[in-house]
Amino acid sequence: MEYLKAFLRPTIRDVAGRRMIMILAVVAIVVPILNLAVPQGHFLHVSTFTVTLLGKYICYAMLALALDLVWGYVGILSLGHGAFFALGGYAMGMYLMRQIGDRGVYGNPDLPDFMVFLNWQELPWYWHGFDQFWFAMLMVILIPATLAFVFGFLAFRSRVSGVYLSIITQALVYSLMLAFFLNDLGFGGNNGLTDFKDILGFNIQADGTRVVIFLASIFFLVLFYAICRFVVVSKAGRVLVSIRDAEPKTRFIGYRVENYKLFAFVLSAIIAGVAGALYVPQVGIINPGEFSPINSIEIVIWVALGGRGTLYGAVLGALIVNYAKTWFTGAFPEVWLFALGALFVISTLFFPKGVAGIFGGKALDAFNRAADKYRKRSGEANS
Amino acid sequence: MKIVHRLMLLVLGAVLSVSSLADEYSDALNTLIKGNFKEKAKAVEVIAASGNEQSVVILESMLEGNLFYRRSDNLLGFAELVDKKYNFKSLDGTETEEGLGKRKVKKVSVNNSLRKQLRGLIAGLQLISGTKAQRKDAALNMLSTVDESMVPLLNSALKQEKENSIKKLLMLNIAMVDIDSNDEKIWQPALSTLRSSLESDVRNKLVSIQEVGPEEKQQAITDALQSIEGKVNFYGGVENIFFGLSLGSVLLLAAVGLAITFGVMGVINMAHGEMIMLGAYTTFVIQTYVMPNWVDGSVLVAIPVAFMVTGAFGILIERTVIRYLYGRPLETLLATFGLSLILQQLVRTVFSPLNQSVATPSWMSGSWAVNGALSLTYNRLYIIGFSLLVFIGLIFLLRRTYFGLQMRAVTQNRPMASSMGIRTGWVDALTFGLGSGVAGIAGVALSQLTNVGPNLGQGYIIDSFMVVVFGGVGNLWGTLVAAFSLGVVNKFLEPVAGAVLAKILVLIFIILFIQKRPRGMFALKGRAVDG
Amino acid sequence: MKKTIKSVGAAALMTLAAGIAQAADTIKVGVLHSLSGTMAISETTLKDTVLMMIEEQNKAGGLLGKKLEPVVVDPASNWPLFAEKTRELLEKEKVDVIFGCWTSVSRKSVLPVIEELNGLLFYPVQYEGEESSKNVFYTGAAPNQQAIPAVDYLAAQGVERWVLAGTDYVYPRTTNKILEAYLKDSGVAEADIMINYTPFGHSDWQTIVSDIKKFGSAGKKTAVVSTINGDANVPFYKELGNQGVSAEDIPVVAFSVGEEELSGFDTAPLVGHLAAWNYFMSAESEENDEFIEAWHAFIGDEDRVTNDPMEATYIGFKMWAKAVEKAGTTDVDTVRDAIYGVVVPNLTGGYAVMNTNHHLTKPVLIGEIQEDGQFETVWQTDGGVIGDAWTDYLAESAKIVADWTAPITCGNYNIETGTCSGQNY
Repeated sequence: MEYLKAFLRPTIRDVAGRRMIMILAVVAIVVPILNLAVPQGHFLHVSTFTVTLLGKYICYAMLALALDLVWGYVGILSLGHGAFFALGGYAMGMYLMRQIGDRGVYGNPDLPDFMVFLNWQELPWYWHGFDQFWFAMLMVILIPATLAFVFGFLAFRSRVSGVYLSIITQALVYSLMLAFFLNDLGFGGNNGLTDFKDILGFNIQADGTRVVIFLASIFFLVLFYAICRFVVVSKAGRVLVSIRDAEPKTRFIGYRVENYKLFAFVLSAIIAGVAGALYVPQVGIINPGEFSPINSIEIVIWVALGGRGTLYGAVLGALIVNYAKTWFTGAFPEVWLFALGALFVISTLFFPKGVAGIFGGKALDAFNRAADKYRKRSGEANS
Repeated sequence: MKIVHRLMLLVLGAVLSVSSLADEYSDALNTLIKGNFKEKAKAVEVIAASGNEQSVVILESMLEGNLFYRRSDNLLGFAELVDKKYNFKSLDGTETEEGLGKRKVKKVSVNNSLRKQLRGLIAGLQLISGTKAQRKDAALNMLSTVDESMVPLLNSALKQEKENSIKKLLMLNIAMVDIDSNDEKIWQPALSTLRSSLESDVRNKLVSIQEVGPEEKQQAITDALQSIEGKVNFYGGVENIFFGLSLGSVLLLAAVGLAITFGVMGVINMAHGEMIMLGAYTTFVIQTYVMPNWVDGSVLVAIPVAFMVTGAFGILIERTVIRYLYGRPLETLLATFGLSLILQQLVRTVFSPLNQSVATPSWMSGSWAVNGALSLTYNRLYIIGFSLLVFIGLIFLLRRTYFGLQMRAVTQNRPMASSMGIRTGWVDALTFGLGSGVAGIAGVALSQLTNVGPNLGQGYIIDSFMVVVFGGVGNLWGTLVAAFSLGVVNKFLEPVAGAVLAKILVLIFIILFIQKRPRGMFALKGRAVDG
Repeated sequence: MKKTIKSVGAAALMTLAAGIAQAADTIKVGVLHSLSGTMAISETTLKDTVLMMIEEQNKAGGLLGKKLEPVVVDPASNWPLFAEKTRELLEKEKVDVIFGCWTSVSRKSVLPVIEELNGLLFYPVQYEGEESSKNVFYTGAAPNQQAIPAVDYLAAQGVERWVLAGTDYVYPRTTNKILEAYLKDSGVAEADIMINYTPFGHSDWQTIVSDIKKFGSAGKKTAVVSTINGDANVPFYKELGNQGVSAEDIPVVAFSVGEEELSGFDTAPLVGHLAAWNYFMSAESEENDEFIEAWHAFIGDEDRVTNDPMEATYIGFKMWAKAVEKAGTTDVDTVRDAIYGVVVPNLTGGYAVMNTNHHLTKPVLIGEIQEDGQFETVWQTDGGVIGDAWTDYLAESAKIVADWTAPITCGNYNIETGTCSGQNY
């Protein structure tokens, strides 16, 4: 209990974050009730459309949170975070694919449909184990984490930084996209994985299942937010910020900069992977398009628009941009790109600190001051 | 090859009954209107053999799709499309009618095999009398079908021929016949002629007779084939290097503008691809609306115009957006990404989302056949040369002009440059305009290779960033070396690994290379690095 | 000033009221085509086609005494967004029918949603088959309505060596698998077939074209069967032209290149290359002339072309309208039962029929590219060809049939085991 308190303290002490969590909690309570208990046609009824849409936004918000951790606090501008998201998504997709069993159109109990008509004879080795939920969930975390570890280990040790790092993360996600487009790789090529039936035995299209996945998304968003808060106000978090602001100096003081960076990068990749895994059952498809470099750039834009280095700003940014996209594509299908493009340009020019900057004023500074205070006090307590 | 037989009959002066020939001829013309493709195939041979002075004109206009017939009375003639109406003129020129609707006349339809046959017939008629290019084509085309019966025709052509290269081809044709002989005195000289040729028809011929005839001859042919294969492989390697350089030149063109806006100025310019797109669209507009009747020159005119148009766009963007963002490079990414969305949609709104057609000027189409195994396409050759010219021009501008000096001063130390009296804002705008203008020029070149559509820029933006970063940000020479080496590496991997895997391997190579040299191939040294 | 505000307010109220009144007695037609992103290039035209059909239908008095009201959304070439927009159309806008999708992956993405919510989708593009959903009508060609007749035609022209070149995605993979099996059945040796896959938007064709040239110089007549997708085609054909590969030496027959794609080409070097479709703009029939005229009037541009997916949209729309009239309602289940056997004149002369496997019976045409960017029909089937959802040339698929009427009532009925697996309803 003590530990839990210590863990949650940084989250609770932050005003904006507390407000965000309260709103999320209200959503988590109200939306399921209005969706499941209020009859269809009633004006209070929240449609399944809205629930899946919100669920999708929440997953994007988680992804933005992951990016803000490395970009906002460590200064690693990753243009390839979509890779971790998509890998987590594919791991979940493979589990869902295996759950179809013999209910595919060809009725083959061993092979997914796309393998049957492309004449695959047996399941490739890397598909084994994904029929187990626990194994798939382990992979959701392990695959993005391993990739981030290997990539980060190489890159941070050789002190690749700045735009060079950004561009090689882009090369990473781009090469993964090309690879997953290959039909010979056994991930369904361009069509990806789709036609899911159920998850843990529950029909994936049932309203109840959807609401549970939706709630899980909110839960993980709050959990990851708390973890990120905990990390950034901890001592290690201060080191991360100092790496962002003056990497050589931090190194000269004696910190193993690459290890700190690696830790943040791997944590961020795990968050992105889980976001991807929650995203897939809600949208019903995972395909190589998620690896597209443009998608990864968009994540950066959510964070920048929401306010970099604030965590809750990233969440806000993801929600705003994606809601704008949904609304624009329906309301002005012909000209919506003008509106979206203008939104990006105007927000950079006039709101350089993002939406969080508008509301919170000097949000970042405020947070830094608060963190200082917190550090001092806990430091005193310890001594 | 029946056609040639008939031609020979003509050449040798065989005389057919004039009246039956005339009947056959008019029947044949009728068949063109009513017959199916098989019947037409027979008919055109009759027409070619008729000796009628109009036959070449008829066959040619049939090949080009200008031969029509009037539906009302099945009258054969030529038609021309003017303002969506046809102007019709009968074969003998006696009857003309203007302004016919498209359902009033019908084209004499031609399919591929008929087209091939027509080309052969016309070439045959021209083997002796045609222009230099026509004679050469005719001689080349005969290689695949030549047989003993054609030797007299070839000999008579050889006698009249003055052009050396065509003479060689004619002799090659004769050698193709002679090689079938088992007489040592005949096949040996023939083989030595064939041995020096890299035409695939020759190779196929040799492979097909590799195991017939006396043992000695078989051995000689096997040797000859080996030597040919060796040469073909060598030229295959040369061709591959050419492909690589050509891909490299495309990468260089696409990246060199970015090397200025991103490399020199530090703006993460996501709208760079759209600048290329605007350049390509400028070419389209000039070719289609400004000078539709001068395709050959329009591309050349488009180069300076595209430079100015996209340069102006660049200056506009710099003055309205980017100048507020200096020192915040990551935010330029956000703003220019927004701009790229706007520009794409702008093009969609103005020009429609469809791809636009940009014609290739005649001096850029076709290829330069070095020999039977190696031919280099003209458009690629021109683009390699063009990319180098652009590059040299830029280097000159940066190193040797006053503007270049100011530009370097501003990028190296802005406050100092400013205090020396350089108008930094003005230099910034012009530099960004320059980078954008060069991207526009790249667009002109790319319009000759790929789609001109709203998505054009998206296809090149990532590659461009890879090239600039791989070469070393801020170093133009690095961009040059990076572009060409990535191009060549890619082309050597492609035959082994396939197009997709080659690209993936190149990307992984870049990732690993950056680990080794974290600031690209040609890293800038000194203080500027940390800025 | 006050007056203006008042009048503006009144006007707003009136439009609002009109909107509500209208919503009550219109039939809503969803249009789900990408208007931005990579697929906008092809799909925007289909959106316009649907809007034109709706306008014409409304001029003719609408359907069941109601006006049709289009609901256009932009799924932006983003596959998950297709699913989201479908849900929006069905749940929020409550449309009665959807016309949309182009790529297979977009259709696959829409499929679970449209089946869950029991919507109705008309899919107007040629595709790889291997699917028959209760809620989708496929008005484009199945592989047996495009690929196989094209190969037959070329074989009759004396082609003995085959290059199967395609973009690496499901449609070319499946089509080439089918063709490979088909060619081998008809006695073509393994060494005479070359298969090549390239990524989306591939733009550097030097190596591949040079390989094709080498493959084609072995003394046997060679042809390329191209399932190369969209944007990769222009650089492919340009390279062919420049390396001197003419249609007379090595003809290329394409399944994804139509009039609209050609309008972005410099067609002069392409004359004689082939395409197989169910419709060419050059087809001579009264319906076609009317359709082209209406299209030009609607779009306000005399130079715009028509193409096969537009005809498929036209047929789909006409069939749906006929079925609605026949059923007297727009209820999905009733319309579905009513549409089987509905006959609509297609634009090439003759008639298209909707079969119980949700595919059409249509004629197959093979055309050669002309200098003006049109196709000239050089061969066509005598009558219609029945679209086959499940190909007979792949072992697993040959056992499966689709028939949505009793007693089978299944899109993937296995005739060996007598089962119908994997249905969501």
